[in-house]
Amino acid sequence: MPRTIAKDFRIEWLQILDEHGNCDQSLRPSLTDQQIKKLYEELVFARTFDEKAFKLQREGRLGTYASILGQEAAQVASAFALEPGDWMFPSFREPGASFVRGLPPRMILQYWAGDERGSNIPEGQNDFPITIPVGTQIPIGAGAAWGAKLRGDKIAVLVYLGDGATSKGDFHEGLNLAGVFSLPVVFFCQNNQWAISVPLTRQTAAQTLAQKAIAYGFPGIQVDGNDAFAVYKATHEALARARAGGGPTFIEAVTYRIGDHTTADDASRYRSKETVEQWKKKDPIDRLIRYMISQGLWDEAYGQQTTANARARVEAAVEELQAIAPPQPKDMFRFIFQEMTEELREQMETLLNGNGRSH
Amino acid sequence: MAKLTVVEAINQALKQAMASDDRVLVLGEDVGKNGGVFRATQGLLDLFGENRVVDTPLSESAIIGASIGLAVYGLRPIAELQFEGFAFGAMEQLVAHASRIRNRSRGRYQCPLVVRIPYGGGIHAPEHHSESNEAYFVHTPGLKVVVPSTPYEAKGLLLAAIRDPDPVIFMEPKKIYRSMREDVPEEEYVIPLEARVAMEGSNVTLIAWGAMLHVALEGARLMADRGVSCEVLDLRTLSPLDTDAIIESVKKTNRAVIVHEAQRSCGVAAEIAARINEKALLELEAPVERVTGFDVVMPLPKLEQRFLPDARRVADAIDRVMSA
Repeated sequence: MPRTIAKDFRIEWLQILDEHGNCDQSLRPSLTDQQIKKLYEELVFARTFDEKAFKLQREGRLGTYASILGQEAAQVASAFALEPGDWMFPSFREPGASFVRGLPPRMILQYWAGDERGSNIPEGQNDFPITIPVGTQIPIGAGAAWGAKLRGDKIAVLVYLGDGATSKGDFHEGLNLAGVFSLPVVFFCQNNQWAISVPLTRQTAAQTLAQKAIAYGFPGIQVDGNDAFAVYKATHEALARARAGGGPTFIEAVTYRIGDHTTADDASRYRSKETVEQWKKKDPIDRLIRYMISQGLWDEAYGQQTTANARARVEAAVEELQAIAPPQPKDMFRFIFQEMTEELREQMETLLNGNGRSH
Repeated sequence: MAKLTVVEAINQALKQAMASDDRVLVLGEDVGKNGGVFRATQGLLDLFGENRVVDTPLSESAIIGASIGLAVYGLRPIAELQFEGFAFGAMEQLVAHASRIRNRSRGRYQCPLVVRIPYGGGIHAPEHHSESNEAYFVHTPGLKVVVPSTPYEAKGLLLAAIRDPDPVIFMEPKKIYRSMREDVPEEEYVIPLEARVAMEGSNVTLIAWGAMLHVALEGARLMADRGVSCEVLDLRTLSPLDTDAIIESVKKTNRAVIVHEAQRSCGVAAEIAARINEKALLELEAPVERVTGFDVVMPLPKLEQRFLPDARRVADAIDRVMSA
């Protein structure tokens, strides 16, 4: 008998706003002018914060920090599609998403300054703290979505991950589980092309990351990660599908890490300035400004005001950070279990009494 | 009152916990339709349905990762890792997240998760099905580790674990799953996470948990014939460790022998011996003895019995502390 095709697949590519600010009006998401301005202001705030955090690290006032330069649209426009009741699981490079969700910016500074209180997410904000071990947030986010499904809560979960995470076992196990149980979760990959110094081509032989979703039985879509409209639209659709019981979606947002992996890295050791310069031309904020100008939504005064507002908010966050009393040593012991055990109490007292004896 | 085996007692505890709290669900490989490879979850699927008794894909990291997500969302998952040898696939999730979520978030999030793990040797099983890896969990801050030794203990400790707001690794000694029956109260009851005196005595304190409790008791009986009165402590919980109970007994008897299956170096006996050293050194008439597995890979069935502590080795250790 003839050889036939068992299964075909196609991966959709979505771009609505190109790098020159031209917008495909037929695909434009239904955002009001107010919402577009809000989106723009969030993008500017994310970038402004990022610049300041970088400076603070160089001044020795912040520990290692992971910059989001170039990735603002990918994380801000996706988080913009979340409803308040939804849950969000970041990796460690999504402060922009956290700010859209309402996290006080001071807390991100606190986190990178080395204070656990930066992860004491406020009540009512259903966001997981920053996750460092790559990809491990993926099955946890799927589990939260599972909880929502079992409880009949009509919410969705947005899980962020990077291109490096797609090589991890937890990516496979988490997406697979989400597919099997048709969980209300959207997996959002900020493909910034680099995992520290390891390029995407060393991370996978697949032509797209989006196509990995096919293996787990749900849709994968590739979007221009520097296009706020495409990011927003794809995420909005995916979250709506999840909330309606349509199962998971994997979104690959193609973007670029303009900065180093973290402030402890030096990307010039492993990549060319030329590529970085090419990607700078695809700036996510510039193209939105050009579009907004064409719609009469942006002028110099508004732009300057937005930047000034962002700077003021960031400065306020830095001041808040300075004003916080340092954490107490007893806090190391207070949150290990709900009730402190005898042994922990003794150890704490040893530390606080400073006599070094174990009994 | 019915006489139940350990497995039946566990099954009853799961049924009762699921009936009284609709947040509780059970998940793992083969736990649903098959009732668990040891039948610990038998009958649950029929009673509670496939949303609460879930056959998962073969994915230890996802089972535990998803369980963490379920717990953080507000449910009470009871995850099964089929054998202790396969727990390592989930270690990152347990150590990086389950154990730390409360601390990382300064109390905003909690992880009331129970991970049931059949563990330990003596059942002539293939490689990786007979190990005793409790030390890895005990060494991880934020995890509780509970080990039942009898059917009555199993039900009460499991119900306690399910109600605990912290993540509990519930290690079920598979050697004793069906080796004994005892009266188990029909109603729900909770055993506190502290040690119990399984046998009172005055000359030496034997400290054990799980299947080794019975080996310790047998060793005690052998030595009773020679006039030695052994006090046998069933620890029940390795984290938190009931230091007070251990020290109280050692101060009474002045001698201690600790028995565990796990490898010797950095096994939990080493921690117990260190605490006895810190709090009761001057009370001791002899060094603390440890009767343990060896620092070798758990052997396959043909050599298993030479690896595992037995009553003879326990009796010899008691002899040594008595003659010191």
